[in-house]
Amino acid sequence: MLLIHCPYCDEKLPEVEFEYAGEAHLERPEDPAALSDGDWKDYLFTRRNVRGNHAEQWRHVHGCGRYFNAVRDTVTDKFVVTYEMGTPCPSGALPEGKSNG
Amino acid sequence: MADYRVAGKGRINRRKTIRFTFDGRSFTGFEGDTVASALLANGVHLMGRSFKYHRPRGPVTAGSEEPNALIGTSRGTKGRFEPNTRATVQEIHDGLEATSQNKWPSLKVDVGEVNDKLHKLFAAGFYYKTFMWPKSFWDRVYEPFIRSAAGLGVSPTEIDPDTYASRYLHCDLLIVGAGSAGLGAALTAARSGAHVVLVDENVELGGSLLCEDGIEIDGRAASDWVEAARDELAEMDNVRTLTRTTAIGYYHENMVALAQKLTDHLAQVPEHAPRERMWRVRAKQVVLAQGALERPLMFDGNDRPGVMLAGSAQTYLHKYGVLVGRNVAIATSHDSAWYAAFDLADAGAKIAAIIDVRADADAALRAEADRRGIRVHVNHTVTHARGRLRVKGLRVARQNGAGRPTGAFVIGCDAVLMSGGWTPSLHLFSHTKGSLHWDEETGVFLPGEKTENCHIAGAGRGLWGHQNTVNDGVLAANAALASLGHDAHEARFAVSKDRPGSGIVVRELPTDANAANARAFTDFQNDVTAKDIRLAVKHGMRSIEHVKRFTTNGMATDQGKMANMNGLNVAADQLGRPAPKVGLTTFRPPYTPTTFGTFAGYHKEELFELTRKTPIDGWAEENGAAFEPVSLWRRAWYFPQAGEDMRTAVARECAATRKSLGMFDASTLGKIEVVGPDAAEFMNRMYTNPWTKLGVGRCRYGLLLGEDGFIRDDGVIGRMSQDRFHVTTTTGGAARVLTMMEHYLQTEWPDLDVWLTSTTEQWSTIALNGPNARNVLEPFVEGLDISGDAFAHMSVAECTVAGFEARLFRISFTGELGFEVNVPSAHGRALWEKLHAEGRKYDVCVYGTETMHVLRAEKGYIIVGQDTDGTVTPMDAGLSWAIGKKKLDFVGKRSLDRPDMLVPDRKQLVGLLTEDPETVLEEGAQIVEHGDTGLPARMIGHVTSSYWSAALNRSIAMAMVEGGFDRHGKSVDIPMPGATHGAKITGTNFYDPEGSRINM
Repeated sequence: MLLIHCPYCDEKLPEVEFEYAGEAHLERPEDPAALSDGDWKDYLFTRRNVRGNHAEQWRHVHGCGRYFNAVRDTVTDKFVVTYEMGTPCPSGALPEGKSNG
Repeated sequence: MADYRVAGKGRINRRKTIRFTFDGRSFTGFEGDTVASALLANGVHLMGRSFKYHRPRGPVTAGSEEPNALIGTSRGTKGRFEPNTRATVQEIHDGLEATSQNKWPSLKVDVGEVNDKLHKLFAAGFYYKTFMWPKSFWDRVYEPFIRSAAGLGVSPTEIDPDTYASRYLHCDLLIVGAGSAGLGAALTAARSGAHVVLVDENVELGGSLLCEDGIEIDGRAASDWVEAARDELAEMDNVRTLTRTTAIGYYHENMVALAQKLTDHLAQVPEHAPRERMWRVRAKQVVLAQGALERPLMFDGNDRPGVMLAGSAQTYLHKYGVLVGRNVAIATSHDSAWYAAFDLADAGAKIAAIIDVRADADAALRAEADRRGIRVHVNHTVTHARGRLRVKGLRVARQNGAGRPTGAFVIGCDAVLMSGGWTPSLHLFSHTKGSLHWDEETGVFLPGEKTENCHIAGAGRGLWGHQNTVNDGVLAANAALASLGHDAHEARFAVSKDRPGSGIVVRELPTDANAANARAFTDFQNDVTAKDIRLAVKHGMRSIEHVKRFTTNGMATDQGKMANMNGLNVAADQLGRPAPKVGLTTFRPPYTPTTFGTFAGYHKEELFELTRKTPIDGWAEENGAAFEPVSLWRRAWYFPQAGEDMRTAVARECAATRKSLGMFDASTLGKIEVVGPDAAEFMNRMYTNPWTKLGVGRCRYGLLLGEDGFIRDDGVIGRMSQDRFHVTTTTGGAARVLTMMEHYLQTEWPDLDVWLTSTTEQWSTIALNGPNARNVLEPFVEGLDISGDAFAHMSVAECTVAGFEARLFRISFTGELGFEVNVPSAHGRALWEKLHAEGRKYDVCVYGTETMHVLRAEKGYIIVGQDTDGTVTPMDAGLSWAIGKKKLDFVGKRSLDRPDMLVPDRKQLVGLLTEDPETVLEEGAQIVEHGDTGLPARMIGHVTSSYWSAALNRSIAMAMVEGGFDRHGKSVDIPMPGATHGAKITGTNFYDPEGSRINM
């Protein structure tokens, strides 16, 4: 069972306190109506599905309740880094040219 | 009865005789015996029948890796029966009842053995090929036959009445395995003061040191040294030692699961004692000292009772004082089996011969054999083991220059000890996805790159001889201690009279017999032979993963502990590729078979899942409610009176509510308080409806979509003040909706000044419905005029009801005049009882969820999750009116314009009236075009809700039907078991379509 560092509580805590919440740094368009069907489809459904380091959202649901961002290696399932919502992905956490946000 | 005990040998307690039964026959053994050792002491090798061929089998090992000697064990009363228990692990106790498996009518005479004669029909993959045709035979003939013939053991049909415990544990260093490496590590780490946990699956610490009584460590006999180590560790507060405890799985961040057996060895189990305990250990560092498992040799008849691993025979001798035979032949490719021969010879057994496939067997070993007068055949092979219920002899041949057998001769024997060398036990390391690298020299996989904070010590990383392994434990502990910042302890252990050695890896032994008839088993339990593996390769299997699935090699309950390396070597040989290129299948937890009870722990029966109950649940129970689960809630379903079945009770409840007054516990309704300066803006963005202009004290039906445009939830929402909304959700959707709201609020709109609070359990909600709803409520209400004009439909207000602060809604989910009273949960039952007492004046009827469902269906009100399924838009459900037309955006709005959402033949919500008014359709039934008798008919929809309506005196139903809105008045067919029913498509508002009753 993973130990996950909550950037708000600043503690490493068991996985069962947390909940996965999808890919990170996907911003909801300011004006969805302005998007073409294709662009809206991409926003809705197209995900990176990476093999390796992946930026994603987690929630410390059975703790402080806050959502935060994390980079996790999808091969080893290990967390590389966690960081506060609204802050950019730390440089180097994602492979070159693969930044999603 | 034969007695194979050796005086002065073994760690059993000879002063305590134990009586147990095997297949109904009474046996005796000593305290400390396993079922296997006790039976062997009585000369019994035959303990089971194999899975496919029903071949007679005896124990091939003395430990948890046993593939053959699987028995059923009874722990006394009903439900306390365990199939497939390894006889080599199960300790005997007075009263133990053990039974053999997979035989009929008896273990010695088994009809199923005919399969063995027909083995050519049952080669690998036979079921893929043999049972292909005729197609219709699969369901009627083949499948039932295979199902009845397959499987080992019989599972108990009763609930297991035992209790199972679980605990968490944190430590500096977890050491798995207490053989020489594990003890070396444990002593080193313990002396440094680190918090150490040492686990071993055996009854005693010591591992193979207990089977090597000639070896000395620091000047003491091995067993004395083990006992001194055990005592020293027991004295230390910083050490916890767990025996009969198996590390079954190694998970992320050094979490290791330990399954501890607590009572299966006891004749008298203390009352309420847990049978097993699961430890979830989080260790800063882990040392894996799991040792190595001996490999069988592959020759014709290597599975005959009496043929076993050489190291296991040593274990039976030194731990249990049992000789596995009196006239023993040794077949080996490794030095270790020579020592087994010497130990058994020294204990009084006749050694028929040592047959070593190597030409260059060690000279010192040969001298030792000479000294004991043991005949030795080096550069010889074994081509056949004779005997059926027990091995009788061994056919041996010299290997000529080309490695072919010549000049075969037969050696009589009553036991064969085989050794194909040793495979490092890397199961737990494999759980961590640690990489393995192939060691060409020894022909085994060794630990490579690590993913966790662990260290592998001893035979587990290919070392041999106790001098090497015990001090490798020291090294591993020191590495772990260094990582923890503890000082290293340099003390080494001195081992004398050690038994180092080496061996070679061999494939299927060469044979001079017809190879097509040779039965050299790789997987004993699943009856897979070397020939099957070769066949799989011939059929085109290239990866070991495919070979495994085609042959089932390594898929038995021992998870390939015996089979994997031999199977891999044969496959690699046949493919002409090196073993690492063919690959090794992945080991997965658990390391050994583990009971479901251990995994479940305390989470069973009433603790299996939490049951949420409302404050009024107790009243419902006292008043005879039938209950149904709704998500985690237990809800009153209906309230049958004497002699009523469900349909009668529900019809009565429905009629009474529409006639006068019904009362319903709606407390499970999800409730979320949305508060803050931006509350209305937040609601505008989340829900389809407009909220800005909703006045304080007014309610609105709210519809929530996912970003994909499909309906997620709904509920009535009241505006309590300019900056405060009382949001209700479906019973099952409350947590989901709150999570979704939080997600948007925290990640997309952190600029909005809004707080969200779950208030589901803070309010008790009592719904009053029917023409007399106001009359029963009015006397209790203070501070509010609830007359029709002053408090119109869809109003909400704070007031006092029966002296309790309340939020009073005038809303209806029945189409009748309705109120929902919310009071703090603590007062829910008190208010309920007061209203109920007052309600007697109006013949109040308490109803449950079923009546609620019927009444709402009569009005065409949807239930999200029943009438919708996650692919339904507001338009599909006839709820376009709930969309704020002037709103530029809300969650899901953009998706409502996607092309697929606008096609005319989407499934749409309609009503259904059956031709026969008595017919109540099945919910979920498929709908086809009227008169479509094609096979298969095209399905154009399905029934979502269906009830008997007392108000209409006929059945009603709701359905999702393709292009349903354009089909009003048309007929469709609903095929159900027994008959196809015709129905007419209608609107969904079946009762009081003008809505006059709601405004009374």
